[in-house]
Amino acid sequence: MSVTGLDAGVEKVTATPRRLRLSPLQWVGVGLGAVLVLSILRVVTGANDVDSSGLLIAAFGLAVPIALAGLGGLWSERAGVVNIGLEGMMILGTWGAGFLGYHLGPWWGLVGAVIGGAVGGLIHAIATVTFGVDHIVSGVALNIVALGFAKYLSVRFFSTLPGGGPTQSPPLEELPTISIPGLSDALGELEQKHIFFISDLAGVLRAFCTNVSVVTILAVLLFIATAYILWRSTFGLRLRSVGESPVAAESLGVNVLRYKFLAVLVSGGLAGLGGGFLALVAANVFRDGQTGGRGYIGLAAMIFGNWRPGGLMAGSVLFGYTDAAQLRGGGTTVHAFLLLLAVLLIGIGIWQIVRKGRVVQGVIALVVGVIVGAWYALTDIVPPELSSTLPYVTTLLVLAFASQRLRMPAADGQIYRKGEGH
Amino acid sequence: MSTFSPRKLLLAVAAPVLALVVAFLVTSAILLLLGDPVVEVWQTILSWPKPRQLVQIVNGATVYYLSAVAVAVGFRMNLFNIGVDGQYRVAVFAGAAFAGQAWFPGPLNVLLTIVVAMVAGGLWASIAAYLKVRRGISEVISTIMLNAIATGVVQWLLLKVAVKQQGSNSISTKPIPESSQLDGLGLIPGATNKVYTLILLAVLVGALYWFVINKTRFGFDLRATGRSESAAVASGVKVPRMVVTTMIASGALAGLIGMPLLFGQDHSYGTTFQAGLGFAGIGIALLGRNHPLGIAAAALLWSFLDVQSNALQIRAGVASEVVFIIQGVILFAVVIAYELIRRADVRLEQQRVARELAATRSDASTPEGATA
Amino acid sequence: MVGRDVLRPGPTNHPPGLLSGPGRGVVAITAAPARPDGTSDAHPAVQLEGITKRFPGVVANKDIGFSVARGTVHAIVGENGAGKSTLMKILYGVQRPDEGSISIDGRVVDLHSPADAIAAGIGMVFQHFQLADNFTVLENVVLGAEKLHGIGDAARREITRISDEYGLDVDPDALVDDLGVGARQRIEILKVLYRGAKIIILDEPTAVLVPQEVDELFDNLRELKSEGLTVLFISHKLDEVLSVADSITVIRRGTTVDTVDPSSVNARQLAELMVGAELPTPQTEESTVTDRVVLRIEDIVLAGAGAGRNVLDGISLTIHAGEVLGIAGVEGNGQAELVEVIMGMREPTSGLVFLGDTDISDWRTREIREAGVAYIPEDRQRHALLLEAPLWENRILGHQTEEPNVRGFIINSAGAKADTERIVKEYDVRTPSINVKAGSLSGGNQQKLIVGREMSHQPKVLVAAHPTRGVDVGAQSSIWDIIRQARRDGLAVLLISADLEELIGLSDTIEVILRGRLTGTFDPDTVTAEDLGAAMTGAAANPEETR
Repeated sequence: MSVTGLDAGVEKVTATPRRLRLSPLQWVGVGLGAVLVLSILRVVTGANDVDSSGLLIAAFGLAVPIALAGLGGLWSERAGVVNIGLEGMMILGTWGAGFLGYHLGPWWGLVGAVIGGAVGGLIHAIATVTFGVDHIVSGVALNIVALGFAKYLSVRFFSTLPGGGPTQSPPLEELPTISIPGLSDALGELEQKHIFFISDLAGVLRAFCTNVSVVTILAVLLFIATAYILWRSTFGLRLRSVGESPVAAESLGVNVLRYKFLAVLVSGGLAGLGGGFLALVAANVFRDGQTGGRGYIGLAAMIFGNWRPGGLMAGSVLFGYTDAAQLRGGGTTVHAFLLLLAVLLIGIGIWQIVRKGRVVQGVIALVVGVIVGAWYALTDIVPPELSSTLPYVTTLLVLAFASQRLRMPAADGQIYRKGEGH
Repeated sequence: MSTFSPRKLLLAVAAPVLALVVAFLVTSAILLLLGDPVVEVWQTILSWPKPRQLVQIVNGATVYYLSAVAVAVGFRMNLFNIGVDGQYRVAVFAGAAFAGQAWFPGPLNVLLTIVVAMVAGGLWASIAAYLKVRRGISEVISTIMLNAIATGVVQWLLLKVAVKQQGSNSISTKPIPESSQLDGLGLIPGATNKVYTLILLAVLVGALYWFVINKTRFGFDLRATGRSESAAVASGVKVPRMVVTTMIASGALAGLIGMPLLFGQDHSYGTTFQAGLGFAGIGIALLGRNHPLGIAAAALLWSFLDVQSNALQIRAGVASEVVFIIQGVILFAVVIAYELIRRADVRLEQQRVARELAATRSDASTPEGATA
Repeated sequence: MVGRDVLRPGPTNHPPGLLSGPGRGVVAITAAPARPDGTSDAHPAVQLEGITKRFPGVVANKDIGFSVARGTVHAIVGENGAGKSTLMKILYGVQRPDEGSISIDGRVVDLHSPADAIAAGIGMVFQHFQLADNFTVLENVVLGAEKLHGIGDAARREITRISDEYGLDVDPDALVDDLGVGARQRIEILKVLYRGAKIIILDEPTAVLVPQEVDELFDNLRELKSEGLTVLFISHKLDEVLSVADSITVIRRGTTVDTVDPSSVNARQLAELMVGAELPTPQTEESTVTDRVVLRIEDIVLAGAGAGRNVLDGISLTIHAGEVLGIAGVEGNGQAELVEVIMGMREPTSGLVFLGDTDISDWRTREIREAGVAYIPEDRQRHALLLEAPLWENRILGHQTEEPNVRGFIINSAGAKADTERIVKEYDVRTPSINVKAGSLSGGNQQKLIVGREMSHQPKVLVAAHPTRGVDVGAQSSIWDIIRQARRDGLAVLLISADLEELIGLSDTIEVILRGRLTGTFDPDTVTAEDLGAAMTGAAANPEETR
């Protein structure tokens, strides 16, 4: 698929693709499979942090901003408005969280985050929906503008505050986290025993019930609410129709522009909330540049999830995991991933050649896989500068392999003017 | 490009002028809201620059111009190369490392470094091109990811070849020798500093951009693809190949961005090298509507605002970063104004055509309504 | 019986005696059938008086007036560009009239939007269906009317009820993307019935249907009529209109000519009302077909996505110099893909294409066009024009490697401009200058420019897909003349069209395509619409496969 206008001759899926709709039970199976793979990796490489609960807690934590940004992207694109400006909305969210969070407390910080993001959404909505500017142009412009605004507002309002500076706010109060004490400790002990698979599973389960931020819970609730609203309510039907066929929707009396506008506002608010998480929970401070491209990764997670909340969540967890891995484990954990990547690439390469007959692509995959494997074997650690790129490399790899079977809303990116259909 | 007519000229100028007026008003409103001294801010910004500052403005504009042209090449084809930022950093690192080695004498070194930088930028861009053409990944996302990856990769490579700069804690590549440093041109009278020699490069790039896009077959194909991909395909354009060529060209041009700074000012690439030039280029390309002269005007404006805002802290008591607000509002106002004017232009022409045809043939059958 | 929907403009000429004058004429309606609820229709279901609508530079509707009795099928006929569409948009609330009034059941109504029209009991089925492909039938039907029966099981039951009552055969949970054209139209009808429409407007409903589907549609309409609903039906296909309508209003040049009783007119008279002129007789030309094979297609197979059936399943064709080969078929049976394969825009799974003796199967579009294959695409706005570029740049499009557009790799704008002036003159492209944007021209003039451009490079083959779609009658006639001239000049012409009249009038041979296969070869001089329609839908028991 392509977010922009050019399709570049990529083979499009013309018939209905096999929709990957897994039942909840099947998702659990996928999850268990992932844990299995990780435990094997842990045992083989000795990098114990690979699926430690500490890492996973951080992973779920870092997944939240990505997931919220992606959820924002989902609302917007389901209404047919491409939102590249998620990063900018997130940035405004981090600032809003810092500002209100400092002056009025962390809960108000969340409100500030949503407002900040919504302001970004408002600008994008006015430009694209009211004035019909190209969606990508507006989104890119918004990112530039939001970055600049946040820089200035930061200098203007934070430099004189105690503990603050031109590029960061003073430290912010924490929001509460939730743990289930008994279970958490018991699982912790089990984890320390390093039994193959059982300990890993314990680690995973421990991450679900330890130090879970209220914002994480809020995010999960928002996901459930989105799934319900968009797919089981009148409002959601109309919103989605606007993204699938605005002409049909308008002919049936749906106010297309109003739904688009609303969707983009909600999109901004959600992305802003993601920024709020970064400022209030992940770092307890607003810092210039703390979004680090997560708005775009959220967009990638949305694409990976085929514009549905379930897949989006899975994608976010994946990306959050890589984010946490490089932040915490640094060199050794990332180094272990090299082995995993090498094995995957070699496997894909063989499959491409044998099952699909695509020799050139298969050979490329094989060669790259071997190179990565050699890299693993010849080094002990991946230098921190390179391991910092892990989330972005993963995003590219995931998109490269998932892109082909996706189906975006039919009128996504279309600039719509009232009365256009006739 | 249609014929030169008063109406066309008026419309072309109307959008930016309208936008600037709106931007002025909106920015003032924002400043008021934030409690900043509006009048002093505008006084500082709109004051006539001293000769020294004029040179800074021209130099800044030179770099911005190169960045914007690199982006504009892609924009004309509906290809959004947001990765200019990463491409130029990879390129200037490669160039600086090469130039520092001084394997070749003075002027030849300069020339070859430019080639190295273009190749490096083009190669980095080709990754995104491959991903788009082969795997269908939007270049918007892939180039942004590559920007972040470039940061890490360049940082790592820099550590490998690093040389400590005298008198500071920052590291950089080996400084280029005196013989390769370009002193600059004394174009502005009364200024102690000089305009980058490589402004000539920028002018050359601009001329080439104009020529290739408007006068060659390749440029026609490029513009056709940007206007209507389906029509371009039916007309024989091989779109995947165009995407690759254009992305690589855009990346190669991005590679030039750091050259004036490298040869005329910093003489090496390090952690303090100017960042964010890629994103500024995107804004300027949008402002200049991807037109070689428009971009020049926009680059000068952007640079003007940059330089003038330096004095804001002292003269108005406002942080110089407020210029970001001004630039941001201008960008949005212009983008919206362009869209409105473009629409009005299309509508006006349709009406004019219908009128003229109805007048010349009295019993013409009723036209089939709007054809778009 | 082949309808005469193809007419050349000429001097105005009303045969006397048939009419009582222009404007609001005598309404001759068959006696309205008794309605189920037993009440008499004191007021007509729809009455229009003095409807006028102006756009910049053109008066689309002028003083239109007629009445429609409840429980009847009332047809509105007129040629392309007569103003029918605008009138229907006014009736559906999409446009507001500048003057005049609309009365529904005797009450004057002011329609500001489709919602108002729906509230007044009017439902519209557009010519171009307004359906979201990725939605189910249920979702498409309830959209905008969720208050009526919700969006869950109650809605599902109601849809099934309506479907059963009117014989529409619709599955609420089917995905629209999977459905064919006839089924989609029935969903559109169901949409309006779901909203309680009592007056249903159909805009050119048979444009995309094959004769057998047309009969099914008309049965549905009679069913609706018998239930007391009123049907307004826009068309330019006179024989169909005569077979199903109870009353016919003729519109010409934006105004009502007359309203007539179908039992008192025949197709010729109706046609004369529509254009106010004499009808042409079909031309019988000398055959110009030679022995020299110019385009040969051998056994082209194009696999479908996934494990689905082949889009093209062993197509073989031969076209000689001086021959027009027409391909008939309902849209979506592979014609578009066949054209793409020939033009090098799509790679077939297997099979060969020969231009003369040269194998061009592997050639890309540019090379094929340079070798002398002219192409008039089906969708000119998407494939043949750059709407925002001036005419002279559009002249270059498709031929940007050939003289006079280029010199080497530089664009020769002077040469292109001069040649564009020539094309504008020779092909009667009506435009104030060659610098206007292509999007400002009318459909017919755009198409004339495209045809002129394509014929300007000494082509050997002309691939014309629906060349007169959306084109006014004058331009249509010009384009047919050009195709006939090309035939005389020895070109091989591949003509793809949904207009049976066009196919029969221009072709030397007609092939029918169905589900990616050629299912019948016909001689235009002896074929009938029924035979063609049967081959196009596979309904014939013994499809001719003589070659």
